Amino acid sequence: MFKQRRISKHPVLRFKRGKEVTIFFEGKPLKAFEGESLAAALYAAGVDVFRWTPKLGRPRGPFCMVGKCGSCMVEVDGEVVRACITPVKEGMKVRRIKGLPPINAREAPDAALNPSPLEVDVLIVGGGPAGMAASEILAKEGMSVLLVDDQPRLGGQLIKQTHIFFGSQELFAGKRGFRIAEEYEKKLMSLSNLQVMLRTTALGVFEEGILITNPEKGARLVRPKYVVISTGAFENYLLFENNDLPGVMGAGGAQTLMNLYGVLPGKEVVVIGSGNVGLIITYQLLQAGAGVKAIIEAAPKIGGWLVHAAKIRRFGVPIITKHTIIAAEGRDRVEAAVIAEVNEKWEPIPGTEKRIECDTILLAVGLTPNSELLRQFGVTTKYVPELGGLVPVRNRYMETNVDGVFVAGDVSGVEEATTAFIEGWIVAYSILLKENPGNKEWLQERERLVMMVEEYRSSPVSSKVRSGLRYVEVG
Amino acid sequence: MEERVSGIVSLETLRRLGYLPTEDRLRKGPVAIFECIEPIPCNVCVLSCPFEAVKMEKITDLPKVDFDRCTGCTLCVAQCPGQAIFVVDASQDGEEALLSLQYDMGEPPDPGDRVVLLDREGNSVGEGKVVKVYKHKRSEAFVVTIAIPQKLLMVARAFRKVGRGES
Repeated sequence: MFKQRRISKHPVLRFKRGKEVTIFFEGKPLKAFEGESLAAALYAAGVDVFRWTPKLGRPRGPFCMVGKCGSCMVEVDGEVVRACITPVKEGMKVRRIKGLPPINAREAPDAALNPSPLEVDVLIVGGGPAGMAASEILAKEGMSVLLVDDQPRLGGQLIKQTHIFFGSQELFAGKRGFRIAEEYEKKLMSLSNLQVMLRTTALGVFEEGILITNPEKGARLVRPKYVVISTGAFENYLLFENNDLPGVMGAGGAQTLMNLYGVLPGKEVVVIGSGNVGLIITYQLLQAGAGVKAIIEAAPKIGGWLVHAAKIRRFGVPIITKHTIIAAEGRDRVEAAVIAEVNEKWEPIPGTEKRIECDTILLAVGLTPNSELLRQFGVTTKYVPELGGLVPVRNRYMETNVDGVFVAGDVSGVEEATTAFIEGWIVAYSILLKENPGNKEWLQERERLVMMVEEYRSSPVSSKVRSGLRYVEVG
Repeated sequence: MEERVSGIVSLETLRRLGYLPTEDRLRKGPVAIFECIEPIPCNVCVLSCPFEAVKMEKITDLPKVDFDRCTGCTLCVAQCPGQAIFVVDASQDGEEALLSLQYDMGEPPDPGDRVVLLDREGNSVGEGKVVKVYKHKRSEAFVVTIAIPQKLLMVARAFRKVGRGES
């Protein structure tokens, strides 16, 4: 099992670790750094099992690292929390849960409702590329904007990307993903009309307003004139034996651990899925000093862009097509992945099983749009597999069937950061044009952006997205 | 396309797409070899070239390289998000040639260091000696120029540093 988990040297990233603090893990003092999540601190200290399931006592470890699953639940000072979204604090006492967790005795601070609703022109939910893009233009043009994001930092997935970006100059091409996020964040911070609330969840849509909650500030209603939903997408799970074993992790979860907190997810990794996410996480693992045993792909061909595949092939990582994972092996952590060849019906062929020794299995098997909030608004959604799942019906200006509700980014169909930026800008002009329909400059700019996004999608690598959009883009 | 299964670009494909300069041009001096064979939406190479040697009408076109304009300056190598551009220089007499590539895998080697050359599949194919290293400001990537055996001009496409105690 690998021990040295903190990355000391990285070719691209410099990890700014905060003040050293001591936390107590089942009575034992552990070193951690201010600003990191409890999950990252425990993982760095070599903790693989975070809890055991109540009925079968199966061990569980972190999976998504962004608060979207319950895999890393632990007890902190008598309260049950998700370790991945809990910042470490000096002296905190952490205990693993065996059996049923205790019921939190203290009333959660985020249940206290602030009696005065927040009136803004625009509420933007999700501060990834799409949400940041929309915020910038709207606030610049004088609208009052509230941008909320459930993570501790703006930028969505961009903050974890070490690779140089594709696209054109207007879309920051030639710069690394995390730099693009940093620079855009700086731009946003200079806008006085924009209010940003981090670690804040838009929980529900009510007649009285939209309920947002924050662990320190409590709950509050927001009454916006317009809403932009740019909530992104979450990682897909995959069915195989022992898929809940610690060491099986989402590729995005591994990116958070590795590129945000500087903690290596594994030393010998098997990546499932050869789409861009699978190819990019493989390259990032090599950069951070891990070994990647293989990428397993069920389809007969590599899913992602060839340039990404060529990069990792040059360093000797095999891509095994027409294979799937059928089991993870190990006691308290992954010790091997069992793969098998698949037939034309995607079924494993008996007798073709192979065992690959590894300590980590990363799932990069697609993303699903995060459309819950949209459906609470009553936005019509359609199931479009080419776009990742349930996606909103909208027009080319990203307007939904519900008055004043707009969409942008992966929530409207899983794509790339570049198209998310463009969609965010389109949405901003769509909202501005609601306020002042005659503004020629805005009309022209919006048309230019619509043409730009269409040009981006004209590549053969975007054919899936193009065919998916036929089902949901009306007018 | 075989490449979509293997992830390895073939010389036949590069030839078919007009990415391989003539023997004469190779002898003249440094020149860029593009291994960008899929029309992804990207034109960083066009923007990065001070000599207008790379052209593209739409962002989803494949780049067109004008080998007469290309000076082999490596600015596109430094910024290519796909790490799909290499500069080769076969102008010297003798067995040696130069290969420039983007390096992103850790502290770069120093000039004078020996490195193990890798082909498109990660196989060790020989040894090279680093002659130049620079860091590009916008991309924050290193460009490493290595003296390699001439016969590996179209074979070597990556390298790894020689570990301590490795001969």
